Amino acid sequence: MDFGEDRDSSVDFDGDSDNDIDFEDADVGFDTQDKDIKPRKKAFEVDFHVHSPQDIQGQQDKQVEEVSNILGQPLEATAILLRYSRWNKERLIEQYMEKQDEVLDKAGLGQDVARPPRLQVINGFMCDICCDDSRGMQTFAMKCNHRFCVDCYRQYLVQKIKDEGEAARIRCPGEGCNQIVDSKSVALLLSTDLMNSCRYQELLTRTYVDDKDNLKWCPAPNCVYAVDCGVKQKDLHRIVPTVHCDCGHNFCFGCTLLDHQPTPCPLVRRWLKKCEDDSETANWISANTKECPRCRSTIEKNGGCNHMTCRKCKHEFCWMCMGVWSEHGTSWYNCNRYEEKSGHDARDAQAKSRASLERYLHYYNRYANHEQSAKLDKDIYLKTEKKMTQLQSSSGMSWIEVQFLDNASQALQQCRQTLKWTYAFAYYLARNNLTEIFEDNQKDLEMAVENLSEMFEKSTDQLAALKVEMMDKTTYCTKRRIILLDDTAENLKNGNWKFNVELV
Amino acid sequence: MTSSSAASRKALSKIASNRLQKELVEWQVNPPVGFKHKVTDNLQRWVIEVNGAPGTLYANETYQLQVDFPEHYPMEAPQVIFLPPAPLHPHIYSNGHICLDILYDSWSPAMTVSSVCISILSMLSSSTVKQRPEDNDRYVKNCRNGRSPKETRWWFHDDKV
Repeated sequence: MDFGEDRDSSVDFDGDSDNDIDFEDADVGFDTQDKDIKPRKKAFEVDFHVHSPQDIQGQQDKQVEEVSNILGQPLEATAILLRYSRWNKERLIEQYMEKQDEVLDKAGLGQDVARPPRLQVINGFMCDICCDDSRGMQTFAMKCNHRFCVDCYRQYLVQKIKDEGEAARIRCPGEGCNQIVDSKSVALLLSTDLMNSCRYQELLTRTYVDDKDNLKWCPAPNCVYAVDCGVKQKDLHRIVPTVHCDCGHNFCFGCTLLDHQPTPCPLVRRWLKKCEDDSETANWISANTKECPRCRSTIEKNGGCNHMTCRKCKHEFCWMCMGVWSEHGTSWYNCNRYEEKSGHDARDAQAKSRASLERYLHYYNRYANHEQSAKLDKDIYLKTEKKMTQLQSSSGMSWIEVQFLDNASQALQQCRQTLKWTYAFAYYLARNNLTEIFEDNQKDLEMAVENLSEMFEKSTDQLAALKVEMMDKTTYCTKRRIILLDDTAENLKNGNWKFNVELV
Repeated sequence: MTSSSAASRKALSKIASNRLQKELVEWQVNPPVGFKHKVTDNLQRWVIEVNGAPGTLYANETYQLQVDFPEHYPMEAPQVIFLPPAPLHPHIYSNGHICLDILYDSWSPAMTVSSVCISILSMLSSSTVKQRPEDNDRYVKNCRNGRSPKETRWWFHDDKV
């Protein structure tokens, strides 16, 4: 007997997509003409568009109308056909032209789709679901002729939509019937209120976005936008497609996690898994307190900057490496680079495993530190608003003139997010000539960030005088970030990075 | 395993009991071949005797099906299991649970007890080997505490048997 659908049929929309026309490559030729007009697109930027629910609905309607004209089918039937073909227009039209009956049948339409749905009263009718045979009962059937009373049909639809979240592929309640209940029939059977309350239209739209590879919902809570981006899954080892939703959320189109440039998705997956597995040691690492290297008094870090000054003995040191700060600010800054252990040590197996743990901890420490600092910076950002009002009243600056604090704070958040991921990236990076440049870029960005972060600890009355300096530092931070991302993305695209692990 | 689940079940809705009464009448007039409804006063739980079809692996064997109806039958599928001993079949677990799509995902409110019975007999008849499903032990272990088969996310075995 038949337990599922027939898999051997020649009509198949889920198969390979080699026939797809690649629109991205199609307009490469125009690049040269635009070069003089607009700035070159950075290597780490990808093309994308943000769509509102109305846009998505509009797109859907437009495509349905277009295909409806070609196929000569009514809009509802065309919508079913398109959903069935997962919105692959070209394939649908081709298949439809070849074997119309089979396509219609498999999509759950059957012949004669032109008749509008209507309710009927039929003499001597008994509903097979509730066994009611009262006179004058309203009944409904699609063209498959499986007729049930309106109440049963309605209850069935509500259950499918509300409880099972179905919309595009609700089948006729008849036994073994594959006929799909189209939206016009649903509209006839359910009141507008009922349709709204069970979010039928939203569910329909949802399948449109879910079905299309170039569309993804913004993962931010309560965000209703969808993002359109052409980057394919198979390209994720050489490009990190960060997109920016209109709601302000920056996320990776590949894996929908929070922006993780410059680290490619496969490494992000590995890194997060590793951090999860090693969380015991990580717990130890992320302890929030340290001792002053000079006087041993306990210090809790409560701001984003790594430059620590002991309250007690006034010793200035770096939170990361606990080294003397005076050695950091000037010519050398050894806080971002892990000095590889000498080969001599590594020969000993025990030393090797210790070195590998130490190496991981080195990178994890810095990764976690930026995560933590970003959180602390955010706290400061919340206080910034207060500072901005204070500044307005104390220095007579206008609202627009104090916006530099807001800009600085946002730049800081963004740079920390990038810095954080540079450490996961570096952990998997195998050493070659390019890694030096990467580490220099990382170091520069880190210094720029720490410098800016430090400024937030100044008191309000000092801030007004530091406005220009702060703006400069903000610009510098952003610039360093772009340089780093541009370099890593460019080399990733060209396959110049060598990693310790496979990018799968 | 069998009595606890009925106690927690809600009483049948009006539609459900109407429909079941009609089904019962229909069954008495025209019972599916190979099945016998064991008369009880409980409309919400039917116990049905199944006779293996002649010429199949289960010829001359008798099994018992237990059918429990939910409050919103027939919008919701009934819970159908074999009472011990369950027949040896690649889609029937030793605890009596049956892997058959119409009992779960593909249930339609237009189906009846009678049509479900026929599907089950057809499933038995087309079997070529008397054995348990491959994952029997693991599945049965997971189903302790009287878990209903309707709570399982089934993926259906091949459609040849």
